[in-house]
Amino acid sequence: MQKRFTRMYSNNKHVVAYMVTVCFLVFSIFLGVSIGTFPISFFDILQMIGDALFHMGGNGSVDENTQNIVMSIRLPRVILAGLVGASLALAGASFQGLLQNPLADPYTLGVSSGASLGAVFVLFFGIHIPFFGFFTLPVASILTGFMTIIFVIFFAGMIDKAMRIETIVLTGIIMSSFLGALISFMIAMSGEELRQIVNWLLGSVSMRGWVYVMMLLPFFVVGSLLILANGTELNALAFGEEKAHQLGVNVKKRKLLILTSASILAGAAVAISGTIGFVGLVVPHLNRLLWGNDYRHLLPLSALFGAGFLILADLVSRTIMSPTELPIGVITALIGAPSFAFILMKQRMERRG
Amino acid sequence: MLQIKNIAGGYQRRNIIENLSFIVEKGEMFGILGPNGSGKTTLLKMIGGLIPVRSGTIELEGKPLQAYSAKQLARKIASLPQNNTQMFDYTVWETVALGRYPFQRGFLKRLTYEDEQVIQQVMEFTNVTKLKHLSIKHLSGGEKQRVFLAQALAQNPSLLLLDEPTNHLDITYQKMLLDQLKKWTKSHGLTVVSIFHDINLASLYCDKMLLLKNGQSVLIDDPNAVLNEKTIHHVYDVSAIKQSHPEIARPQMMLSPEHKHDEKKVFTKGDVIQTKELIYVKAASPLKTLSSAVVGGGFGWHRHFVNRHVSTDDHVSGSQTEMINFLLDNGFSPNETIGMLTSSYVEDGVVEEWEEEGISIIIVVTASISHGADASKNMEKHEHVRAINTWMFINGHLSDQAFIEGMVTATEAKTKALFDEGIIDSATGSSAAEASMDSVLLAATQTGSLHHHAGTGATLGKLIAKGVYESTVKAIQNNKQRWTIND
Repeated sequence: MQKRFTRMYSNNKHVVAYMVTVCFLVFSIFLGVSIGTFPISFFDILQMIGDALFHMGGNGSVDENTQNIVMSIRLPRVILAGLVGASLALAGASFQGLLQNPLADPYTLGVSSGASLGAVFVLFFGIHIPFFGFFTLPVASILTGFMTIIFVIFFAGMIDKAMRIETIVLTGIIMSSFLGALISFMIAMSGEELRQIVNWLLGSVSMRGWVYVMMLLPFFVVGSLLILANGTELNALAFGEEKAHQLGVNVKKRKLLILTSASILAGAAVAISGTIGFVGLVVPHLNRLLWGNDYRHLLPLSALFGAGFLILADLVSRTIMSPTELPIGVITALIGAPSFAFILMKQRMERRG
Repeated sequence: MLQIKNIAGGYQRRNIIENLSFIVEKGEMFGILGPNGSGKTTLLKMIGGLIPVRSGTIELEGKPLQAYSAKQLARKIASLPQNNTQMFDYTVWETVALGRYPFQRGFLKRLTYEDEQVIQQVMEFTNVTKLKHLSIKHLSGGEKQRVFLAQALAQNPSLLLLDEPTNHLDITYQKMLLDQLKKWTKSHGLTVVSIFHDINLASLYCDKMLLLKNGQSVLIDDPNAVLNEKTIHHVYDVSAIKQSHPEIARPQMMLSPEHKHDEKKVFTKGDVIQTKELIYVKAASPLKTLSSAVVGGGFGWHRHFVNRHVSTDDHVSGSQTEMINFLLDNGFSPNETIGMLTSSYVEDGVVEEWEEEGISIIIVVTASISHGADASKNMEKHEHVRAINTWMFINGHLSDQAFIEGMVTATEAKTKALFDEGIIDSATGSSAAEASMDSVLLAATQTGSLHHHAGTGATLGKLIAKGVYESTVKAIQNNKQRWTIND
C-alpha cells in the first residue's frame, strides 16, 4: 500500500513537473514568435501551425508577409534560442553533477571562453577545414572548449587534491581571463575580420537563420542523448567518485563520456551564439529547487526550461530598448549574476550550519 | 569467500600495504584494526577495487577481482565509507534506490518490481522507512549512516566493506548498527570486513581480527588471541589491561590514564567515624572494593562506607531501595557508597589498626550475636537475625586474586572466632558456620606495594587472619556484655 503511494507520489510530482515545464516552453515560443516590431497574433500562429500540419505547402488564410516573417525571421530565431538555452542548461547541470560543484557551468569553468577562442581563431585565420565545411566553426569551438575543461580540472586537481568548489571555479576564472586576453590580442591584430569577430563575440541569436539551426542541431542531438543516457550515473557521481565506483559505475568511462557530451553542447552553443553566461548555472538550480536533484528528470526538465528561458531572454533583449537590440548575454547576466550570488550565499550558510 | 595473497599497494609510488595475506570466510565478521596510518583504509580500498593491487592477488569467490566489471563487482561488494558527502540533496528513497544501480539495464534504467521490493526491505531493516520522503541533508548523523547502510544493502552484496562504521555515532546507534549487521550476517550469509578504531567494540562483534602495523599484519586470529596485553602494547604502544566482559565470553582491554595515583592518602583508623546509629567512612579518594553489601556489592570503586544500625523489624523489611533512600537523606551518594545493615549496636563495633612488615590494615567489625544466643528461647524463627559485618581497609595494591583470597581468609578467621566464642546456629543447633545476614567488605587503596596473594601463606593474609579473628572476638564479647547488662 505504502509502496504504491510512493510510486504515485514521485510519478505525480514528475508528471506535474513535465506539464508545467512544457507549458512554459510552448508559451515562450508563442510569445517569441508573436512579439516584435510587426506583431503577430496567437490566432495567426495557431492557424499557421494548422495549415502546416494539415495542408502541407498550401496557401492558408494567413497573409504571405506574415508567413515570411514567421518562417524566415522569427521561428528560426526562436528555435535557435531554444536549442542554445537547452544546450547550456544541460551542459551546466552535468558539469555540476560531475564535479559535485553547484557553481559549475560552462561559463564559470572557462569552457565558454575556450570555445570562444576556438571560434575567434577560426574567424581570424579564415580557416575552413575541407571535410567539415561549415561545421568548422562549431567543431573548433567544441575542441577548444573540451581542451579547456580538461586543463581546468587537471590544474585544479594539481593544486588542490580535494578539488574544492572554490578551487575549480577560481581556476575557471583564471583560465577565462587568460583566454579572454588571447581573444583581445587577436582582435587587436585583426584587420578585415574585425567586424565579423566582434559581431560574433557580442553573442546573439539574431539574423542567424535556418543555417545556424542546422549547424547546431546535430551536435545538440548527439550531446543531449549522450547526457540523458547518463542520468543515473550522474546521480551516483553526485555522491562522489568513490561512492559511484562502489555503486558499480564505471567512473572513468562515464566521466569522459559526460565531459565530452557536455563540451559538445557548450562548445556548439558558443560557436553559434557567442558566450551567453549564467544560463547553465541558474536554470538547473531553479529546477533543482522546484523538482529535486534526480538527474533522470532534472536533465530533461532543465533542457526544456532552459530553452524557454533563453527564448524569453532573447525576446526581452530585442524589445526592451527597441529598435536597439541588446546582446542576449546582458539579459542573462542581469538575471544570472544575482542568482549566482544567492546560491553562493545559501551554500556558505549551509556549510556554516 | 575472500582470499588475499601477498598483496602490496598504495598511493603514488609508495607501497602502504606490503606482503599481506589472509582469508575471510562466508558469513564472517572480520575486523581490521591498527594505529593511525597503519594502512587500514588503503587495504579496504584495495579490496573494494578503488586502489589497484601492485603485486599479489585478491580473489572474490574464487575469481580475481580484476575479472569483475564495475557493475558485476558492485553486485558482490558494497561499501559504507567513513563519511558520505554530497553537494546535492536527495531524498532518502532516491539515495537508497541508487543501490539498485548495478542491477539496472537499458537506456532509461527503470526500477523493476523486484528492485522496489528490495528497497522496501532494506529500508525496513535499517529502520528508515519513515524517513523516505525526507532529504538526507536534514537527517542526523546516525540516520544518514543508516540510510547509506540501506543503500549498500540494496546492492544485495555478499561482501560488505565498512570503514569505521560507528564513527561520529553515539553508543545507541553504534550498538544498533553493529547488531543489525551481525543479524544480517546470520540471516543472509553476508560477509562483513570492517575497520574498527575501538578494540573493545571490535572484540564484541568480530569473529576474526587482523592487527595491522605499518602496512603489515601483526596477528590474524579470534578476539581472545588478538586482545592480548603484549600484542596491543606492541601495536599501539599503550599499556592496557585485559579483562573479561561481564556477560559474554569476549575480552576487553582497559586503559589507565597516566595520572591515576595522584591525591591518594594513606588510610588510617581516624578515618572511621562511629556514632550511635552509624559507622561510616568518608575517604578522600575512592578505594577498590569487593563486598557482599546491600548497596555497592561486587567489585567496584567506592569512597563512602556506611554500616547502619536498624532494629530487627526494620532489618527484615530493609530493602535496597530503602537503604538507598536512607543514604541519599544522609548525604551519601549511592554510586560512591557501600551500604550495609546491622541489627547490632554500632557503637559497640570494633575499629582496630594492624600493621606488620610495612603493611597496614584497618579492620571494623560489628556483631549482633545476642539475638542468636537468645534464639533458643524464641518461638519465631524468622526474626532470628544475626549479623557480623566485617570491613577491611588495606593500604596497598591488591590483585583480583588477592582480593578473593583475602575474602576467604577473613571468612575462615571469622568462623574460627564464632566457634571459639561458642556461638550456636539457632536453626540447626550446630556450631554457627556463618551468620545468615553477614556482610564482608575488602577495600584497598591500590597504591604502594603490590600484593598478588592474600592467603594465609602470605604476610597480608596472616595479618588479615589475625586482625579479623581478634576484632571479631572482641566485637562478640562487647555484644555479649551489653546483653548481660540488659538482662
